[in-house]
Amino acid sequence: MDKIRASLLKKSIATKIERRGKILSLSCLALIILVVFLIFYFVASRGLATFFQNHINLWQFLSGIQWNPGTVGSNGQPAVGALPMIVGSFLITIFSAIVATPFAIGTAVFMTEISPRRGAQILRPVTELLVGIPSVVYGFIGLQVVVPFVRNTFGGSGYGILSGTFVLFVMILPTVTSMSADALNAVPRYYREASLALGATRWQTIYKVVLRAAIPGMLTAIVFGMARAFGEALAVQMVIGNATLLPHNLVSPASTLTSILTMGIGNTVMGSLQNNALWSLAMILLLMSLLFNLIIRYIGRKGKLNHER
Amino acid sequence: MKKSRVIQLLGLILVGVGIGFGYTNRAHTDTGESITAVGSTALQPLVEAAGEQYSSEHTGVFINVQGGGSGTGLSQIQSGAVAIGNSDIFAEEQAGINAKKLQDHQVAVVGIAPIINKQTGIRNLTKQQLIQVFTGKVKNWRELGGKNLPIVLINRAQGSGTRKTFESYALDGQKSADSQEQDSSGLARSIVGSTPGAVSYVAFSYLDHSVTTLKVDGVTPTEANVRHNRWKIWSYEHLYTQKQPNQLTKKFITYILSEAVQKKLVKQLGYISVHDMQVQRRASGKITTVK
Amino acid sequence: MNAKRVDKIATGVLYAIAALVVIILVALLGYILVQGVPEISWHFLTSPALSFEAGGGIGIQLFNSFYLLFLALLISLPISLGAGIYLNEYAGQNTITGLIRTTIEILSSLPSVVVGLFGYLFFVVQFKLGFSILSGAFALTVFNLPILTRSIEEALANISDDQREAGYALGLSRWETVTKIVVPAALPSIITGVVLSAGRIFGEAAALIYTAGQSAPALNFSDWNPFNISSPLSPLRPAETLAVHIWKINSEGIMPDAKAVSAGASAVLIIAVLLFNFLARWLGKRLYKHLTAE
Repeated sequence: MDKIRASLLKKSIATKIERRGKILSLSCLALIILVVFLIFYFVASRGLATFFQNHINLWQFLSGIQWNPGTVGSNGQPAVGALPMIVGSFLITIFSAIVATPFAIGTAVFMTEISPRRGAQILRPVTELLVGIPSVVYGFIGLQVVVPFVRNTFGGSGYGILSGTFVLFVMILPTVTSMSADALNAVPRYYREASLALGATRWQTIYKVVLRAAIPGMLTAIVFGMARAFGEALAVQMVIGNATLLPHNLVSPASTLTSILTMGIGNTVMGSLQNNALWSLAMILLLMSLLFNLIIRYIGRKGKLNHER
Repeated sequence: MKKSRVIQLLGLILVGVGIGFGYTNRAHTDTGESITAVGSTALQPLVEAAGEQYSSEHTGVFINVQGGGSGTGLSQIQSGAVAIGNSDIFAEEQAGINAKKLQDHQVAVVGIAPIINKQTGIRNLTKQQLIQVFTGKVKNWRELGGKNLPIVLINRAQGSGTRKTFESYALDGQKSADSQEQDSSGLARSIVGSTPGAVSYVAFSYLDHSVTTLKVDGVTPTEANVRHNRWKIWSYEHLYTQKQPNQLTKKFITYILSEAVQKKLVKQLGYISVHDMQVQRRASGKITTVK
Repeated sequence: MNAKRVDKIATGVLYAIAALVVIILVALLGYILVQGVPEISWHFLTSPALSFEAGGGIGIQLFNSFYLLFLALLISLPISLGAGIYLNEYAGQNTITGLIRTTIEILSSLPSVVVGLFGYLFFVVQFKLGFSILSGAFALTVFNLPILTRSIEEALANISDDQREAGYALGLSRWETVTKIVVPAALPSIITGVVLSAGRIFGEAAALIYTAGQSAPALNFSDWNPFNISSPLSPLRPAETLAVHIWKINSEGIMPDAKAVSAGASAVLIIAVLLFNFLARWLGKRLYKHLTAE
C-alpha cells in the first residue's frame, strides 16, 4: 500500500522534465530582461554622473546651446548645452517620418489592396531586402548622391537636416511600408466585402473602411520608423555636417545626438566630464526610445479597444 | 531515446576533447609574448605595420593593435589594461589623465596643413587671415582676394588631436568658431574637395590633388619646413606606456624608433621621422633646437 | 466628380507611388551594385586589407563578419528559443507577461549606438575582454535577441493548437509536446526568421565599432587552434567586420583606392544580404515541403 502511495505521490519523470524545461525557458527569458536592466543601469550610471558628479544643472544641459565640454561657457559653467543636438535629432526624425508616411502607406495599400500579386512578387521581397541594407551603405550613398544633389538644388553646403531627412526617408521606408502592409492585411476580409456590397468603389472602400480600420497599426508602423530614425547613427553622421549649432534652415549643418556621440566617445577619457556628457546624450537616446515604445503600446491598446467595440 | 542520448554524449565528449587538445597544444609563446596597443586611429596603421614586421622577425611574438581613439588609448593605459596607449596629443593636454604616471615615447611627427576647395582661387593666407577665417570674422573669400564664395568651415571633432594641434599652432590657441565637424581626415578632405568655399585641415598624408593646399605666410607645408619648425603646425605621435614597461614593450618601442621603421614605414605612411627633426617641442609648446 | 472617376484617379496615384518607391529602391540597389561589382575579384575577396597602399582586399574582414555572425547566432539562438517558448507556451495573459513583452520591445528599438556603447562599457571594460570578437558577438547578441525572440514566438504561435492537443492526448508533458511536436513543426519559419535576422546583424556597424574594434590583424589561416591569438578562430582578437571596414575607409582611409575598395565592399555586403534573403526563402520552402510530405 505504501509503495503504491509513494509511487503515486512521487513526481513522475515527465513531471521532472516538464519542470526542468519550464525553468530552462524561463531563465532564458529572465536573461533577456536582465540584459535590458543592465543596459539601463550602465548607461544611467554614466549619464547621470554629469549631473551628480560634475554638478551640471539638468535644465542647463537640456536648454544650453553651446556644446564644448572641454571649455567653460559664457556663464562660467562648462559648456554642455545639448539643445542643438536634441533639436537636430527631433527635426530629422519628424521630417523623415512626414516624407516617408505617404509613400509607405501608398505602397502598402498598393501591395495589399490594388495588386496583391505584384505586391507579393516584387514589392515585398524588395522592401525586405532593403531592411537588411547596412546603414553604412546608406551613408556612403548619401555622401555621394544626396549631398551634391541638395547642394546644387537648394544651396548651402549640402550637409544638413535636409540631406539627413532624405537618407533617413529611404532608410525607414521599407520598415514602415512592410509594417503598414501587415496592418492592412490584418483588416478582416468581410469589412471590404461589406463595403463593396454596399456599392462603394474600391477607393471608397480603401479610404473609408480599410485605412480607418488599420489606423492603429499604421500609427505603430510610423512611430516604429521614427524610433529607428531617431537612433540611427552612422548614416546620419556622414551627411548631417555635425555642427553643434541650432539649425537656421534645412540646409545649414546641424547635428544629432547619435552623430556627436559616435564622433566624440573615442576622443574622451572615461570618467572625465567630456565623457560623462556624452553618456548623458546616450541616456537621452535611451529615454526617447522608451518613450517611443510607450507611444506604440498606447496606440496598440487604443486600437484594440476600437476593434472590440 | 537511449541511442540519441549516447550520440549527444559522444558529441559533447568530442567537443571537450577537441578544446582540451587545442588548449594543451596552443603556441606557448603567446601567453607571455603578446602586447596590446590601443588608441589613436591615425597612428593605428603605423603601429600595425610595424607590429606585423616585428612579428615576422620574431616568431611567436604578437602585437595586438586596436583603434578606439586617443582618449580611449590614454584611459586604457592609465588604468593599466593595455601595454601601450597610442595618442595624437600629449597626455598633459587630455583632461582626466595624470601624465606624470605615464612614460611618453614620441615615435613620429605629423605635419598638418590647411586645405581649401579649388574653386576659391586662394593659395596663400597670412596667419592673421587664417585666424580670421577659422574664428568666423571673415565670411566670404572675396574679402581675402578670392572668388565670391561663402566660407564653409569644416572642423575635426572636438577632442581630436588634429584639431587641438591646429588650434594651438595655427590659430595661436584661439578656439575655432562652431561649425561643421567631421571625425576623420578622409571625410574632411572629400568634403573640402566637393564643397565650394570649404576649408579644413588634414595631416600631410591626406593631401592630394582634389584640394588646394594653403601656404601660410608664404611658407609651403613640406617635410623640410617642418623639420626646422618653419612650418609651425605639426605634432608628435605618441606611444604612452607605464613608467616601467615590460621587456617586450620596451623592445617593440625601440624597434619602432629604429632605422628600419623610421626610414621606411614612417615615410610610406606620410609621417616625418623623429630623428630628422631639428627642433624639439615640449608639451607646453616650448621649442628647443636639437644639436 | 463622381465616385468612379475618383476611384480611377486614386488607383492611378497609388500605382504612381508604388512605382516611384520601386524605382527609388531599385535605383539604390543598382547604384551600389554598378559601382561595386566591377571591383570584386577573387583577389579582392581573399587578400587582406592594406592600410596605405592600393590593391588591398577584404578577405579578413569578410571572414570576421561570418565568424562573428556565427558566434552571435550560437549565443542568441538558444536563449531566444527558450524565451520564445516560454512566452508562447507557458506565460499566462497577465500584466507581468505584458511588462516582459514591453521590455523586449524596448530592447528591440534601442539605438544600435547605445547597444554598442553598453557593450564597450560592460564587455570591453568591465569584463576586460578588450576589443575582441567575443565582445562583438555579445553586443550583436543583445541586438539580435529581441528580433529573434519575437520571430520565434510568432512561428510557434502559428502552429495550431490541434497539434498540442494531440501531444497531450498521447500523454506527453507540455515540455515534451513543445520540443518534440511544436518546435519541429515551426522549424521552417524559425529558420527563415534566423536567416533574416542574420542578414540584419551581418551589416551592423555602429554596435561593433567600440566592441569588436576597428582593426583586422593578419591571420594565420593554417592555424585553426582557437587558443592561438593569430588563429582565425581565436575569439579574443580584435576583428573589424566588413560594415565597420566600409565606415572606416570612408572616414580614415589613406589608401589611394579607398573609394574603389569601399564601393566593392558595399556591393559584397549587399550581395551577402541578398543571399541571406534568398537562402531564407529557399530553406523555408524546402523544409516546409520536407515536413509536410512526411
